[in-house]
Amino acid sequence: MAVIAGRPKRGALLPVGLTRLTESRAGSLAFYVVRRVLWMIPVVFFVIVITFVLMHSAQGSPWDKAGGRQLSDVVIRNLNEKYGLNKPVFEQFFLYIWNVLHFDFGLSYQYQGKTVVELIGGGWPYTATIGVLAFLLIVPVGVGLGILAALRQNTRVDYATMGFATFAASFPNFVIGALMVVFFSVLMYKWTGGDFFLPAGGWGVDDHLIMPAVTLALLPIAYTARLTRASTLETIRQDYIRTAWAKGLPERLVVIRHVLKNSLIPVVTTLGPTFAFLVTGSVIVETVFTIPGIGRAFVVAVTSRDYPMILGTTVLFSVVIAVANLVVDVLYVFIDPRVRLS
Amino acid sequence: MAVATVEQAVRDWEVAEEQVGLWQDAWVRFRRNRLAVFGAGLVLFLIVVAVASPLLVNLGILKNPFTQHVDSIQTAPGVNGFALGTDILGRDTLSRLMIGSAVSLTVGLLVQGIIFPIGLTIGLTAGYFGGRVDNLLMRFTDIWYAFPDLLFVLVVVSVWHLDGPWFIQLIPIFGAIALVNWVNLARLVRGQVLSIKEKEYIEAARSSGSTPVKLILKHLLPNSLGPIIVTLTFGIPQAIFLEAVLSFLGVGIRPPQPTWGQMVYDGYEAIYANPTAVVFPALAIGFTLLSFTFIGDGLRDALDPRMRR
Repeated sequence: MAVIAGRPKRGALLPVGLTRLTESRAGSLAFYVVRRVLWMIPVVFFVIVITFVLMHSAQGSPWDKAGGRQLSDVVIRNLNEKYGLNKPVFEQFFLYIWNVLHFDFGLSYQYQGKTVVELIGGGWPYTATIGVLAFLLIVPVGVGLGILAALRQNTRVDYATMGFATFAASFPNFVIGALMVVFFSVLMYKWTGGDFFLPAGGWGVDDHLIMPAVTLALLPIAYTARLTRASTLETIRQDYIRTAWAKGLPERLVVIRHVLKNSLIPVVTTLGPTFAFLVTGSVIVETVFTIPGIGRAFVVAVTSRDYPMILGTTVLFSVVIAVANLVVDVLYVFIDPRVRLS
Repeated sequence: MAVATVEQAVRDWEVAEEQVGLWQDAWVRFRRNRLAVFGAGLVLFLIVVAVASPLLVNLGILKNPFTQHVDSIQTAPGVNGFALGTDILGRDTLSRLMIGSAVSLTVGLLVQGIIFPIGLTIGLTAGYFGGRVDNLLMRFTDIWYAFPDLLFVLVVVSVWHLDGPWFIQLIPIFGAIALVNWVNLARLVRGQVLSIKEKEYIEAARSSGSTPVKLILKHLLPNSLGPIIVTLTFGIPQAIFLEAVLSFLGVGIRPPQPTWGQMVYDGYEAIYANPTAVVFPALAIGFTLLSFTFIGDGLRDALDPRMRR
């Protein structure tokens, strides 16, 4: 992507920030999207190769710890037969790729008789709910804090916001989650005699969603706030902002119409990494708060060496991240009329 | 006589216009950053703790981190002479925290020692020679970026175990973390080299007949050292974090060797009985990472020449 300096199109001042695409731009965008989608194929292929090689170069077999006891040789032979593990590794690999192309990710080793697609489908609603909630927190809170800090630069508000951002960015999310459970579940319960507290884990009522979503959102909020602050500081020193002040616009309008819209453009680029973080963060948050989502399923699969499940979730996660990055890049073209795709 | 006077004059001039090198200047600026100094102080303190605690255990000043005091299980801080309480098996939390610090620090610092030569060599080669090596590296990093770090480290560590004391068990963890992190450094070095390569002094050195090796060692490397150091410093908390997560998820170093991530997990299992067993290791991890972040921020501000007055 290259930014071509020049006269911004009139569309840049539209409230939503969506510019109409000229015909040539639409053509290059379509070409770009197609190329990026095609590039995803080798990427996913290599992710499968790496994971596959890793798993098959491991010592022992998936049946070592099955049921917590030593299985007899006959049983192990039958299991290998059933799951095709007695075939040469290359044959297994090509069989797997072939099946993936038919959207068949195999049978789980751990949950007998369940397919990987079923298991992932079962965990998906939980992971998606927490992820969407966190995302809805990240954008308004992160952007709001960043703009607030920038407009009150070098005041206590600024220092407090940035101090919070530094803490939130440094403390790992499982540490934040555990500390929140200590405070909101254990201590609050003691202090209020059980009148007010948040559940430490599980699923069911809305209370269950609060702590996981906040834990997952804190780090991206910190990054978004820092970046928004930096880009807002840059924006408010521009000539057009001085013009806006000079023509007597009230602060509210200067901020909403001119500062906000222009300082948000770089923030859009962080949405891709944020999405990737939400995906990997689900692994930790779902473990801390015992939520039966995909992240938890991945951890269980890793500790019990459920190969098809590990492969399935890894492929899913990398596809989700790749798609999210693509969407963000395309979104960027719509928001900033100066951006050209190469 | 005349020559001596001139020498005298030159020396006077040098003294008057005292030259301050990049590193000296950076050191002055780093010291002025209070948070960075605080971070550095805390890290130094941790290193002392990590080195001294096995000695203190041997001398009997510190309680043995493996001894299970069955009569005081999950005691609160200060009860029965346990300054920070005990865990679910009646082991002293303070001594486990102190002994466990060695694991976190070793992971954080040694991983950077592995990443540095790999990332540097590949980044320098790709940036300097360009062409096919460069292309290959960039394609490789594109693919690598599609693979979420944590997932990769989890898979590697779950399939490759080594038995033995904790530093032997750490080897696969080192390997996995280094594998996901060297790419960042290689990319950074490549970018640095690409921008420095176009500078006039490189042109001058090349036209006066410097060999590529000399160009790299005398010009490219020293001039990109600042950002490299900053990146490596920010890599330390990243590595400590990954190790702690592995322990927390139960695929890291195996018990009874205490690690902070595992202590959070153990405490978390019995959080209603004694929440402090979670709080202390959690704060230890958090503040260690915070210290390294402060140091990183301080170094970045100190080593960035654009920030100079």
